[in-house]
Amino acid sequence: MRAGIVVFPGINRERDMAIAIESCFGQAPRLVWHHETDLAGLDLLVLPGGFSYGDYLRCGAMAAHSPVMGAVAAHARRGGYVLGVCNGFQILTEAGLLPGALLRNAGLRFLSMDCFLRVERADTVFTSRWAAGEVFRAPMAHGDGNYTADADTLDRLEGEGRVAFRYVDADGKTSAAANLNGSARAIAGIYSDNARVLGLMPHPEDLVDPLLGGVDGRPLFDSLAAALVA
Amino acid sequence: MKVAVTVMLKDGVLDPQGRAIGQALTTLGFGGIGEVRAGKLIELELAETDPERARARATEMARRLLANPVIESFSVHIPTEA
Repeated sequence: MRAGIVVFPGINRERDMAIAIESCFGQAPRLVWHHETDLAGLDLLVLPGGFSYGDYLRCGAMAAHSPVMGAVAAHARRGGYVLGVCNGFQILTEAGLLPGALLRNAGLRFLSMDCFLRVERADTVFTSRWAAGEVFRAPMAHGDGNYTADADTLDRLEGEGRVAFRYVDADGKTSAAANLNGSARAIAGIYSDNARVLGLMPHPEDLVDPLLGGVDGRPLFDSLAAALVA
Repeated sequence: MKVAVTVMLKDGVLDPQGRAIGQALTTLGFGGIGEVRAGKLIELELAETDPERARARATEMARRLLANPVIESFSVHIPTEA
């Protein structure tokens, strides 16, 4: 199993992601520069957080049209695994690999804090080490994480089981207070139709070691490691 | 030839920035302010002399990059020379 982390100019979370992947997969990921187009041999492509291309025009808009993204889209079309976190999620929506868009946080503030996420289903390669309905803590750090899509798309995502995570309180309940950035239906992460592309705003990669304050995010990477080694 | 593309959040998409601007204007004492919406104006200098072709190219650019059709709408116009 080989993972690659796509590095765009302005990205700043690729090292956190590399540490999490190496710690859980037992193998260091390949760092892929945004001009590269040969991704052969990589099973999982990760788009990390940061501010690609300075977030000019819209968050993720420039990165979505960079040379590497054609190869990422081809990888996804072949049924390859893709994980986009934070800016990576924004890039996946801008590239059309996931539906919807991320708007400015409803409260306009950049939110740098922990949040609680509920695992909506535990039968995907990303979530098998959790139980459905389980709640975990994850750091968030974003100004544009307010997920939106038209009502038909939201209904389709829910009907097809494509909501991966929702913002909840510590008891797993959704509420306006727990939905920190105002996302439609408290959606924090969504899957592609084959559940092999996942985008989410919070950062599970930053809670994978007790030294970092907890291991709440570790099941995401352990799930991937288990699925891709098998 | 200069072409201007105006990009706005679609009607119905929450515009917290516009709302904050409206609140700030009210705080400054400007009364009677209804909804405020904020957008972007992108000016393109194109190597075209035919306005219709320039408009068509800018429209294609807006569709592919300048606007995100999920959340934004756009309009293209050719500014008249002063």
